[in-house]
Amino acid sequence: MNAISVSDLTKTYGNGVEALRGVSFEVAQGEIFGLLGPNGAGKSTTVRILATLTQPGGGAAIVGGHNVIDDPAGVRRSIGYVAQASGVDRWGTGRENLVLQAQILRVPSGQIGQRVDELLAWVGLTDAADKLVNTYSGGMKRRIDIAMGIIHEPAILFLDEPTTGLDPETRAALWTDLDGLRRDRNLTVLLTTHYLEEADRLCDRLAIVDQGQVVVEGTPNDLKAAIRGDTVTLEVGESTAAARETLRGLDDVYEVIPDGGSVIANVARGAAAIPQLVTALERASIDVQEVTLSRPSLDDVYLQYTGHRFVPGEATGTGEEPRR
Amino acid sequence: MMTFFPDTYHLTLRHIRTTLRIPIWIFVTLTQPVIWLTLYGQLFQRVVEIPGFEGDSYIQFLTPGVIIMTAFFGSAWAGMGIIEDLQHGVIDRMLATPVNRASLIAARVVHASLTVAIQSIIIIVLGMVLGASVPGGVPGVLAILLLGALLGAGFSAISNGVALLTRREETLIAIINFFGLPLVFLSTAFMASDLMPDWIRFLAQGNPVNWAVNGARDAMVGENWATTWAYVALLSAFVLVAGFFSTQAFRIYQRSA
Repeated sequence: MNAISVSDLTKTYGNGVEALRGVSFEVAQGEIFGLLGPNGAGKSTTVRILATLTQPGGGAAIVGGHNVIDDPAGVRRSIGYVAQASGVDRWGTGRENLVLQAQILRVPSGQIGQRVDELLAWVGLTDAADKLVNTYSGGMKRRIDIAMGIIHEPAILFLDEPTTGLDPETRAALWTDLDGLRRDRNLTVLLTTHYLEEADRLCDRLAIVDQGQVVVEGTPNDLKAAIRGDTVTLEVGESTAAARETLRGLDDVYEVIPDGGSVIANVARGAAAIPQLVTALERASIDVQEVTLSRPSLDDVYLQYTGHRFVPGEATGTGEEPRR
Repeated sequence: MMTFFPDTYHLTLRHIRTTLRIPIWIFVTLTQPVIWLTLYGQLFQRVVEIPGFEGDSYIQFLTPGVIIMTAFFGSAWAGMGIIEDLQHGVIDRMLATPVNRASLIAARVVHASLTVAIQSIIIIVLGMVLGASVPGGVPGVLAILLLGALLGAGFSAISNGVALLTRREETLIAIINFFGLPLVFLSTAFMASDLMPDWIRFLAQGNPVNWAVNGARDAMVGENWATTWAYVALLSAFVLVAGFFSTQAFRIYQRSA
């Protein structure tokens, strides 16, 4: 049986915002599954429903064998939930936070002391354990959050945007921690992120969520392999529309998408195509300032399935038709 | 119910710990009663000369009033803590655990009542230093602590309920400012009942603050035990109603999340 099974979840908030429009996916035990998408795509709403914090409008969700609607108490016993907003008590010490969390998660009192010490060591906070969390750095806070999420040794852990707001160095360190989590504890992890590289680096499988729906699901490698050819980005300044028309007519060019002052061409063989693309543009009197060739990335996967570039900070809704 | 008492206990300890870590809070708690008792005591000291005012010591009259006023205001602000917890995701983090839902409110109410009891003891001692006497003795003091704690429990439950419904500090501040002083002045905290205009005396009868002040004043004197217990009963009913309101507010919060 799958650790998490979600079918056709919908949710409309009181203000009329349709956050989810039929989200479905399955997560196997021991898997790290990512929900990738921009802010407002519906990732957090999905996780909040699975953590029993909000009720779905329709559809069903089974977490750890418990139905989120009929048996929320059963779900709560099986999960750890680390919210985007942390939820740590800033005016308590790291140790106090962990002890209280263990108490309300019904960890037997005889085991709490030892488990708290072990976890503090595991997240490298033994020395800071008795300082107020308010004095912690962003990375330390995040580590105490995660320790609180697994203090009761849950089968399933939800991480909502675990690395948002962290500097790149801290983010990389946290990725290593999460790798260790998978290796040492065989946890099922559902994480949401708006960082493509994070999803690529951490997830066994992922679903791209856009405007309240899963647009595509698979392993990062499969998703990237499904993209035909290579991506060539040509910087052409003002002339994107003309450049697009010119390149579209060429052989071996599958698609051309304008992106700011550039056009992004999806071509069969990038290295061979570049001279041809540049020559064609120069014949059309379009000045090419810069050319970059890239292998397919999740960025391209995202572009292919949603029809727009991935802009983490913005809600989507550009009105472009997805190309398939 | 099996989880209610341990969860409430653990969560109450968290609130107490937090409070004890705010030095300015301790300072204000200790010094504010001194200011109230000396300021009001001096300002209104000639009130006792008004014909019809029973007794001749305004400090004697004022001490139970200041105890209850402090209990009332202290607990009315209790909702600020839950708003901070809501904003920092602490409540959501706890709601994703099997923690007893009622304990999340009860711990805050217990914390407010304990705070009130400690403040009450400080004010009684201070009142005695300034010349008040407590003929009611230990039973009187215990009854005062009970009345203050009940009032504190009721108003902290209401404050938490309003906080859960509005989720904004500004709204809670406005509501407390609107109701705070009127409820104190619609009681015998500063002025004897016999000297009140009829309409104020009438409104005061339905005011929990007034019940607590009257009960505390009777308990301090150690006479009229029957009326003291009647006020304890009234305030207990008030706590039940307030507790029901706050748990309903919590349900609404969880549904609308």
